[in-house]
Amino acid sequence: MLKAFMARLRQGYRTGKFPSAPPVLPDRFAGRPEVFPEKVSDEARNTCPVAAISESGRIDLGRCIFCGKCAKVCPEGIRFTEEYRLGAFSHEALTVPGVDPWQESSNPELRKLCGKSFKIRQVSAGGCAACELDFNVLNTLAWDIGRFGIQVVASPRHADALLVTGPVSDNMRLALEKTYNAMPKPSFVIAGGACAISGGLYGEGTTAGGVESILPVDMYVPGCPPHPAVMLEALLRLIAYR
Amino acid sequence: MKNFLKLKNCSAVKVETLPVLPFAEFRQTLIESTGKGKCRVSAFFPLQKSSETFLCALLIDPEEHSLYCALSPVGNSFLSLTPEAPVFHWFERELFEKYGIKAEGHPWLKPIRKADGEYFTMAGDAVNEVAVGPVHAGVIEPGHFRFQCMGEKVYSLEISLGYQSRGVEKLLEGKYSSRTLPLFESAAGDTAAAAATGACALIEALSGTVISERAQQIRAILIELERVANHTGDLGALAGDVAYLPTASFCGRIRGEYLNMTAEICGNRFGRNCIIPGGVRYDIEPARCEKLLAHLRRVNPELKHALDLMFDSPTVLDRFENTGSVSLETARSIGLVGPAGRASGVKLDLRYDLPSGAYKNSAPKQAPCGAGDVLSRAKVRYHEIFASLEFIEKTLIDLAQGELCTPCITALQPDSIAFSLTEAWRGELCQIIVTDTQGNIDQCRIVDPSFHNWFGLAMALRNEEISNFPICNKSFNLSYCGHDL
Ligand code: SF4
Repeated sequence: MLKAFMARLRQGYRTGKFPSAPPVLPDRFAGRPEVFPEKVSDEARNTCPVAAISESGRIDLGRCIFCGKCAKVCPEGIRFTEEYRLGAFSHEALTVPGVDPWQESSNPELRKLCGKSFKIRQVSAGGCAACELDFNVLNTLAWDIGRFGIQVVASPRHADALLVTGPVSDNMRLALEKTYNAMPKPSFVIAGGACAISGGLYGEGTTAGGVESILPVDMYVPGCPPHPAVMLEALLRLIAYR
Repeated sequence: MKNFLKLKNCSAVKVETLPVLPFAEFRQTLIESTGKGKCRVSAFFPLQKSSETFLCALLIDPEEHSLYCALSPVGNSFLSLTPEAPVFHWFERELFEKYGIKAEGHPWLKPIRKADGEYFTMAGDAVNEVAVGPVHAGVIEPGHFRFQCMGEKVYSLEISLGYQSRGVEKLLEGKYSSRTLPLFESAAGDTAAAAATGACALIEALSGTVISERAQQIRAILIELERVANHTGDLGALAGDVAYLPTASFCGRIRGEYLNMTAEICGNRFGRNCIIPGGVRYDIEPARCEKLLAHLRRVNPELKHALDLMFDSPTVLDRFENTGSVSLETARSIGLVGPAGRASGVKLDLRYDLPSGAYKNSAPKQAPCGAGDVLSRAKVRYHEIFASLEFIEKTLIDLAQGELCTPCITALQPDSIAFSLTEAWRGELCQIIVTDTQGNIDQCRIVDPSFHNWFGLAMALRNEEISNFPICNKSFNLSYCGHDL
């Protein structure tokens, strides 16, 4: 017991400063891109592995896996920045250039109901598990989402929101629907990661190509996977945490 | 391995050079060579050659550091190898499910990725059946577990997978494109660096590209960081499962430190978008190298401290010891790989047995084998962590000068087959590409380490208390998506 106390002292207090200070991100982190549509080349469009760049030269962050290939072949049209506030309340707001998603406010009903206590049931439906892993990180002491009243729960009956990751594989569709139906209403849906938003790399596989075609989505969190800071910032905005 | 073709790891050959054996001889050789645990089977799959179907077997002989391959014609069915060589059981189930090729005499020819179906049951009044999943309690991937118990004791556990199936192998077919690497990388998201390294080795073999030593070293650093991060997370989770919270919470944070080091190198915490055919995209410049070394030197002692605390705690040891044991004999007969295999005494580690890339020159120290229980699996991972950390540090200091990326034409050699075997953190990852006459990807195979190991978890649970399932499960921590693809 004494050893454990000493260990606690030695390991120290390690919870990050976010949200009172910006999160510490590596210099090569690819956040929200800056896009100049008229300068986006065909080469950039064709090199995109997930067809995220439209004819008009805009990027759908809901598809983008942030591989950076487009910026490499077309640095004058696309440049990735450190902007981590990527979450949006509508799919349209994920288009760049477009509105700044962090300017919009979330569902007022949700804010009223869940401002101080927000319970999330996560369902992993296809995908590669990276989204789950980086979401789990929020539960560690480095991010400690408990301090914001956010808690991950096991039973859908206790949940306010459903966080879906993965493109919704055909084999998971039923389980996902059952989970959603078991939640008390009103309930909210968060699509986490490119797969859940648009099918990501697996849109043409044995999947539904994202959760949108199955459930109404209240928040979209882009990334492949979303960095923990991206996810946390989005969640805090969703519940209008202050 | 008479009449099999001897291959080099990460090499490509013309499909026509693969020897074709009569089925009886093929079968006999496979049974004999895998039977005594001498060779292990890495892949067993159908191959189309001039509109005829062949079975292709890829074997490793770890002692002789060699890889063997041969074909044999099959129609719609063949005589199952499983009754004599159980190591083929999962492959044969896959063959039947995916291609309709039936292994006659297989004792349980049930689909492995259908995510449903009939389960093995036990009869009797006192029997109780426990069903768990596909949606689990925590934030993890979906899968279904069926326990046949009497009271607390588990007699049989059947693991039903396939919920994560999204058609990765199929999506990989066609022309090599900017999507190929991301698909390989996300077959199992926590194994991206190893998967990308293996996949690039395939493309490089099929295009005759030689990469620089520096690029190989950076790849190896990413693979080892991936190993350390995952082992750290799992040891923390094991501590959490026996309610030893100090180590659980310290490791949760420390795992993130290693992921951040990976992100320091390539911007992505899972090491994605960095390893590309021809080399790597991002350099570790001197200043970055210094920063990484300083970071490592700060975090490594913290990790050691957190883990030693757990391994010094009698209450933890009591829960780990003699729990979920898999004997060496069982491990061999079902073909366990990676740390789980090594924990049971299967001395197989591709970084030594079939080294490729930077591992040809040096590799982390080998961990001692164990007795096959949860404690052994935890200990093996503990040793591997520090061996890898030492390797990372050494490699960072000794980074060779050289090009980051040699131009790699992605026009692949036609009518060929390329093999790569990589020691990912869970064990042997086998990737295969077969090209058609145009040099397009005709077929792609990924055999994730979890493909071999899921049945090991089922075996670990036999005669075990059902309440020990979580720690048994964590000690393996297998991939659902890597298996399901
Ligand atoms: S960074 Fe996004 S938009 Fe650019 S090529 Fe990659 S996936 Fe496409």
